[in-house]
Parts: sequence; C-alpha cells; structure tokens
Amino acid sequence: MAQQHEIAVEIANVPILLRTPNAGFRDRLASHYAGFLGDASNSKIEFDVDIISVPDEISRENPDSEDDVQVSVKNGEWCFRRNDFVAQWDPRVRRGRVRQPDNSYSMDAVLRIVHTLILARQGGFLLHAASGIRNGRAFVFSGVSGAGKTTISHLAPPDVCLLTDEISYIRRDGEGYVACGTPFSGELERPGANCAAPINSLFLLAKGTENRIDPLPSPEALRRLLRNVLFFAKDAELVDNVFRSAWDFVQRVPVQQLTFVPDARVWSMIE
Amino acid sequence: MSEKYIARSSAIAARMLGGEMMVMSSVDSTFFTLNEVATAIWQAADGRTPLSEIVTRKVCSEFEVDLEVAQHDAEKFVDELSRHGILLVSDHPFEPPALP
Repeated sequence: MAQQHEIAVEIANVPILLRTPNAGFRDRLASHYAGFLGDASNSKIEFDVDIISVPDEISRENPDSEDDVQVSVKNGEWCFRRNDFVAQWDPRVRRGRVRQPDNSYSMDAVLRIVHTLILARQGGFLLHAASGIRNGRAFVFSGVSGAGKTTISHLAPPDVCLLTDEISYIRRDGEGYVACGTPFSGELERPGANCAAPINSLFLLAKGTENRIDPLPSPEALRRLLRNVLFFAKDAELVDNVFRSAWDFVQRVPVQQLTFVPDARVWSMIE
Repeated sequence: MSEKYIARSSAIAARMLGGEMMVMSSVDSTFFTLNEVATAIWQAADGRTPLSEIVTRKVCSEFEVDLEVAQHDAEKFVDELSRHGILLVSDHPFEPPALP
C-alpha cells in the first residue's frame, strides 16, 4: 500500500483530516491552509483524497455535470460533485473520499460543502461575506459579488483582525452568534485570521455616494440574508435547519444596510 | 367548475417574522413572502377544506373582499405556489397522514 500523507485543516475548531498518497499535494495544502492546520489525531472527520490527472475523467463519468455544485444524499451517504471533483461522505462513520485534480481550489469547495452540512445541524451557516473583529466584536459585511466585500476588507484599519474577505463562518453560541475565521479568500487572496468573536452586527453592503447605515425590517433582512447563505443540498430537513438558523439570526443580531463610498472613512462608522 | 383542495408541501420551510409568513422551497430554494390574505389561505391549507370554503371563511369574512375578486386572487396564488411545489393541489381531499 502506498505511503499516506496526512494533514488536518481546522476551521472553527472543527479539524478535518485529509489523507493522500501524494506528498507534494499534501505540502501544497499545508501551504494553502497555513494558519488553519490542526492536530490530525483530534480529527473526527476524515477524507481520503485521490489526485486525478485530468478533470475529464469526472466529466466523462458525469456528462450532465456543469460548473454548479451538485449535492445529494442517498442512504445516509452524501455525494458532492462539480466538473472538477467528486466526493462521497458518510457522516455516520465520519469518513469520505475525494477525487480531484492537484489544486487547493477544488479542496476549498469540498471543505465548504462539508462545513455547510455540519453547520446546518449546529444552528449556523456559511455566508458570502467579509468579516472582521474590532474591539473584541465581529462585524460581518455581506453581499453578492461586486457588492464591496473585498473593498471593505482592503480598507480595514490595522486594528481590525480580518476573518475573511469572502466566506464567513457563522455559528450559534449561547444567546447570540459568533463569526469564525476561514481560509476561504476572495480577490484579496489572503486567508483570514484563525480566531472568532461574538457578532455585533451584520451589514448588507451597497456602494453609494455617501456613508450611511440604515436599519432593515426583519422580513427584509431575512430575505436578503438568505440570498447570500451558501447552501447546496436539496434535503428538506437541512433546508429547514438553515432557514430556521437565518430566521433566528435576524432576530438576535442587528442587520443593517451599509451604503458606503469606497474609502477608509467608512470604518469610522463601524465600532 | 370542480372544487380544489390544497395542502402544504412537506418539502418547505416556513416561519412567521414581523407579521409576515416567509416560505422557502427545499426543492428549488425559491423564497416567498406571503401577505396577510395569502397567509390566511396558507394556514387554512389542510388538504381537507375546499379552496372555495377557505376563501369564503378566511378571506371574505376577515378581509372584507368581494367573493369573486378573492376567489380569482386565491386561484392565482395557489397556481403560483403549486408551480414551485410549495402547495399541493387536488380535486379530491387529501388523505390524512397515516399514524405511526
């Protein structure tokens, strides 16, 4: 049997062990997830990762596959696929297998899916959002591509600990919610800090000609929040869990619209 | 015209928030916000009560709407939600779910 090389990627205190016969791939993952490496012996979720030379192998097996991620469950085992990877994961035995090319981009997608499934059961979700910690409290800035996530991250003053410029990890904690850092980066191409803090506010971003914060009624906040939640599975129970979490979130955390001019003055309103 | 019976799908998530009923389909993740009248129809969609009776009892009497207008609007609402699998529609009453 070929020698195996292991690495544990730990996001929000959830270590996921990745095992591969390819030492070079393991080293590339170690570099990509630097700052988010955990203790392999503590991992309760494991994936064997097979490197395939060309994604065409997957395309041939699944000719209908498009760029979109497909996530399904059958007899308790999850299957995720995109045109560049295919993965199976059985949460009952906490093990899975991934077949993907030799890049961290595909692994990012697999890890995001696994975390959405874990979070759905824990009262949380992944959100298309930048987030950062200031004065011990987390501020989350959500919006679709082009709304200003990278811009607001780039403008953050030095006292802000940036958790991510792209995908925020949000989890219920006591009577509120915490935001955790993630290695999933956007245009900033810089992983977030591996730390967490209670969420002070969620801002829905809009670029404008002045800096202003406007409150949002809860139904509008929920509508707009759900547009930016990452969720792939069509499983009714999990969809209900995510919907319930978002519904609970908007009642516990202030959700406001932040309209901003793209310069550093916007951060004077955020503290 | 034959009678219609409507029932809420089990493949949805729904919650009241700020006086509005928010409904999401787990099939295609479409999201609906129901106004007061639509919420009244939604809540009465037990699969056993004819739609015409729901309109008469829950819409016309509580919202002072003309019967013809209310019935037309209710049909449109039911058609739209049924297209997304959020409401189930039949010309017969739905069977009650079997007890475990």
